[in-house]
Amino acid sequence: MHMADALISPAVGGTMWAATVGITAYSIKKIQDDDLSDKMIPLMGVMGAFVFAAQMINFSIPGTGSSGHLGGGLLLSALLGPYAGFLTMASILLIQALFFADGGLLAYGCNVFNLGFYTCFIAYPLIYKRFMRKGYAPARIFWASLIAAIIGLQLGAFSVVLETMFSGKTELPFGTFVALMQPIHLAIGIVEGLATAAVVGFVWKARPEIMEGHAQAAGAVSIKKVITGLAVAAIIIGGVFSWFASTHPDGLEWSMFKTAGTEELEAPEGIYQTMSDIQGKTAFLPDYNFKATENNIEKTNAAESETEEASWPAVSSGTSLAGLAGGILTLALAAATGFFINMLKKRKNAAGIA
Amino acid sequence: MSNITDSIYKMRFLDETADKRTPVHDLHPLSKLLVTIAYVTVVVSYGKYDVSKLLPLVFYPVVILFSAEIPLLPLLKRTLAVMPLVIGIGVFNPVFDRETIAVIFGLPISGGWISFISLLLKCVLTVLSALLLVATTGMERISFALRMLFVPRIFVMQLMLTYRFISVLLEEAANIWNSYTLRAPRQKGISHQVWGPLLGQMLMRTYDRAQRVYQAMVLRGFNGEYNTGSAKQLLLKDFLYLASWVAFFAAARHYNIPLFIGSILTGVGK
Repeated sequence: MHMADALISPAVGGTMWAATVGITAYSIKKIQDDDLSDKMIPLMGVMGAFVFAAQMINFSIPGTGSSGHLGGGLLLSALLGPYAGFLTMASILLIQALFFADGGLLAYGCNVFNLGFYTCFIAYPLIYKRFMRKGYAPARIFWASLIAAIIGLQLGAFSVVLETMFSGKTELPFGTFVALMQPIHLAIGIVEGLATAAVVGFVWKARPEIMEGHAQAAGAVSIKKVITGLAVAAIIIGGVFSWFASTHPDGLEWSMFKTAGTEELEAPEGIYQTMSDIQGKTAFLPDYNFKATENNIEKTNAAESETEEASWPAVSSGTSLAGLAGGILTLALAAATGFFINMLKKRKNAAGIA
Repeated sequence: MSNITDSIYKMRFLDETADKRTPVHDLHPLSKLLVTIAYVTVVVSYGKYDVSKLLPLVFYPVVILFSAEIPLLPLLKRTLAVMPLVIGIGVFNPVFDRETIAVIFGLPISGGWISFISLLLKCVLTVLSALLLVATTGMERISFALRMLFVPRIFVMQLMLTYRFISVLLEEAANIWNSYTLRAPRQKGISHQVWGPLLGQMLMRTYDRAQRVYQAMVLRGFNGEYNTGSAKQLLLKDFLYLASWVAFFAAARHYNIPLFIGSILTGVGK
């Protein structure tokens, strides 16, 4: 469920980053207030590594012939409490983004929010903890883990849909996208819930103090505070980005307001403006003259696309061709630069040896 | 199993490349981190139909890759491994967006195909740049840069600890997986009957390990601060590195360089 950088716009990425920074700061403050930070840090570090390693172990799913693995967000909050659980999840995701390219740097905020916030600050306190109010018991562990994991993943998956939609990177209709994402994550959520229940159940039987101690030590989450902080951060960042986008309306299609809702109308205008911009910029070139090619191709297309031409005044085979030729040349130049640097390096190394 | 050993190998590979000594490795981690963030943001900010305008940004990974002497194939392999998600979502663009927005050699190209290609290109570039940051900087120096950016101590410290212990726990997970599959061959994964005991045992061992780690740290004088050794100073070259890349990204974002070259080329060609 990791979002990739390519799927989001800077505005969405920035907003989610701001939200994540806000929740992280709040979590850190809560851990410091509890005065457990010295002791918690090694535990968080090692448990983070545990979840990372545990994610690699495949479980066979009975009756399906397929296999799944643990996500770990719920397990971490059950073990460490929501704040430490969230921070640990955040560092696991950063390492995954850097070393395994699972989710990118700009999408990092989205990923921490989708995989960390919902499990640690919604599913854990509102579902898991409610179940455990009267103490741990096998049936409660089972239902708490299952329902909390499913709801956490459903919210996360829905978030992925919203983030992609707001970024305007996919042409998938909203309904289709939701219909694709939610059932897949229902299956993943069930596996996650069952695996979490199995692990929590086992550890609780063998070493109850591990399960019961930390959940209490970390205290209750004030959801109101988290949501308020989140809303403030989102409004500020959203405002900053939309202001920036509206002062540069030509090429920057990254205003959230533009992509939300009016995507169908907006896209042609954006490309029209970009294209006409490009034409405006290249027009002063004395050599910019390939009308002959342009006319030939346009003749063949004229009949079939007369109406299209009206709505797409910027469609120009000249620009397309120039873009293609220039693009190929740019790539060739980039490759040549690489070889040149390589050659220089080799020569330098050879000189060093001699 | 291949999954686990593969991960161990991947992390070790990046650790080793990060230990090289090249001009890129010698730069200050903060300037490399900032350049990477700027790069990713600029790449993603391009409109969905921008393909040719995006191409000059290919220069950045190419230059870093070769000047930092980083093997290309392992990085490319890793980049391709994350493509399925983007392909899965992007492949619907040609289906839903059929308006012709470009004509090449008389062939009308629909907006969906252009935006799909642009999406794939963005994916490759952003993934490569993140991997290049780690391959030229290493986790410890990135953590140092994060501290300079005022990321709280607790977060950076537990990030470092998680990172350090991942290789330890991955080896443990590999051992568990190995012993399980030797006793229960031809299974697609671990049977649901032992999900709890298997991971639970590992979790309890890990918990005890964390306690020992903490005690060992306290005995060695840990008081909540993680000392990273000599602090590297930002030098002129670090500022120049940052400024020149950012200027290049801004130029590539603002002007369509390939179209400029192309229009000269096709003009002359005629």
